[in-house]
Amino acid sequence: MSAEAWQITWFTLGVATLSTLAILPFGVALAWLLARRDWPGKSLVETLVALPLVIPPVATGLILLKLLGRRGLIGGWLERTFGWEIVFTWRGVVVATAVMSFPLLVRAARVAFEGVDRRLEHVARTLGAGPWRVFLTITLPLAARGLIAGTVLAFARALGEFGATIMVAGFIPGQTATLALSIYHLVQLGRDAEALTLLTISVAIAFGAVWLGESLLRRRTP
Amino acid sequence: MNLALRHLRLPLGPLTLELDAILPGRVTAIFGASGAGKTSLLELIAGLRRPVGGSIHLGDTALTDIAARVFVPPEHRAIGYVPQEGALFPHLSVRRNLLYGFHASRPRPAGLTFEHVADVLEISALTERAIGTLSGGEKQRVALGRALLAAPRLLLLDEPLAGLDAPLRERLLPYLTRVRDEFAIPMLYVTHSPDEVMALCDDVLVLTAGRLTAHGAPDTLFQPTTRARFELRA
Repeated sequence: MSAEAWQITWFTLGVATLSTLAILPFGVALAWLLARRDWPGKSLVETLVALPLVIPPVATGLILLKLLGRRGLIGGWLERTFGWEIVFTWRGVVVATAVMSFPLLVRAARVAFEGVDRRLEHVARTLGAGPWRVFLTITLPLAARGLIAGTVLAFARALGEFGATIMVAGFIPGQTATLALSIYHLVQLGRDAEALTLLTISVAIAFGAVWLGESLLRRRTP
Repeated sequence: MNLALRHLRLPLGPLTLELDAILPGRVTAIFGASGAGKTSLLELIAGLRRPVGGSIHLGDTALTDIAARVFVPPEHRAIGYVPQEGALFPHLSVRRNLLYGFHASRPRPAGLTFEHVADVLEISALTERAIGTLSGGEKQRVALGRALLAAPRLLLLDEPLAGLDAPLRERLLPYLTRVRDEFAIPMLYVTHSPDEVMALCDDVLVLTAGRLTAHGAPDTLFQPTTRARFELRA
């Protein structure tokens, strides 16, 4: 395997891991709020979060490009405040994959939280446990299967993200080239053998991720 | 210890639970048909629901007082709650279930130790078992033990014998009387069964569609003539 293929593989694994870790706390918190609380604007947030699932990834990418570009609402502020450039950098890849995989994590986690019998949480409260202890010792362990499944799903989605990434980060070899972007690029150039190598790597990683998720799930099954 | 429920109001779908009562008994039965608001009443007392009006006082302590904006969260009420079917934590062992609410620092009456509670309920041999391996009766005894070990000032039992067959109910009833006699913790006991009321309780509150329709001693409320009427209703 060429040095370039290795670089692309590590880069893809890195950004997928980073984006999954970045959305994990927010996704779990939002899923819990959706499953357990009623609040004003809840259905609006639900719809917004689900949007990347239903609109074309390229369209999501375009929205992100407009928001995160130098003249964009968020991008401009980030550059002025922290000196961060998002668009056409590795950060853009992380943001695009995070946005695209966020709904999958939230959906799985929400279903997992909804599946936890509320009476168990109620009993734990009457036994002297505050809301945080109940969450950490009852809700979280009982929802763990769904949370793990959602995390694996989000990670797998991040690994394969194409449409939004190409809009926000473009294809810059050595800087924003992920496995999915590189496969497309190599096929366009007629370098099918190299594309096939990357394809094999993609399948192997996806296989490994799903296998790891499944074995974690099995281990947690009471 | 008096439990004072003053002008309590809680909308429950088509009906409204409205209650005004002082419960002085050691063991008070809450008796009534399904949907009468019995479980909701326990949840109000445990602090798992907020009424829209009224107050709940346990002895001198205000637990809920809507007018005075008092609402003590459930974890600070020291009120034990055993819901239907026990609601044991399925991912924890029996021992960890029993010790979930056990705070060594909380003042507890003499005798309310792990060993004694396990002894009274005959669950000492079960402590290392997984919840999924317990029978219905064992689960109920563990749930009762778990609530007791948190050293509650009041124990709420929601149809602890419902869903069990008649022979098992008969075997479990003595455990409840032992708990009543050994630990002197006041209890509210939700039930459909006049037999359980007669065996355990010294005060009965009859709820019909969210309203208190009778309150008194079991032997006056459950005379042979009236008893048939209550059984029919339940």
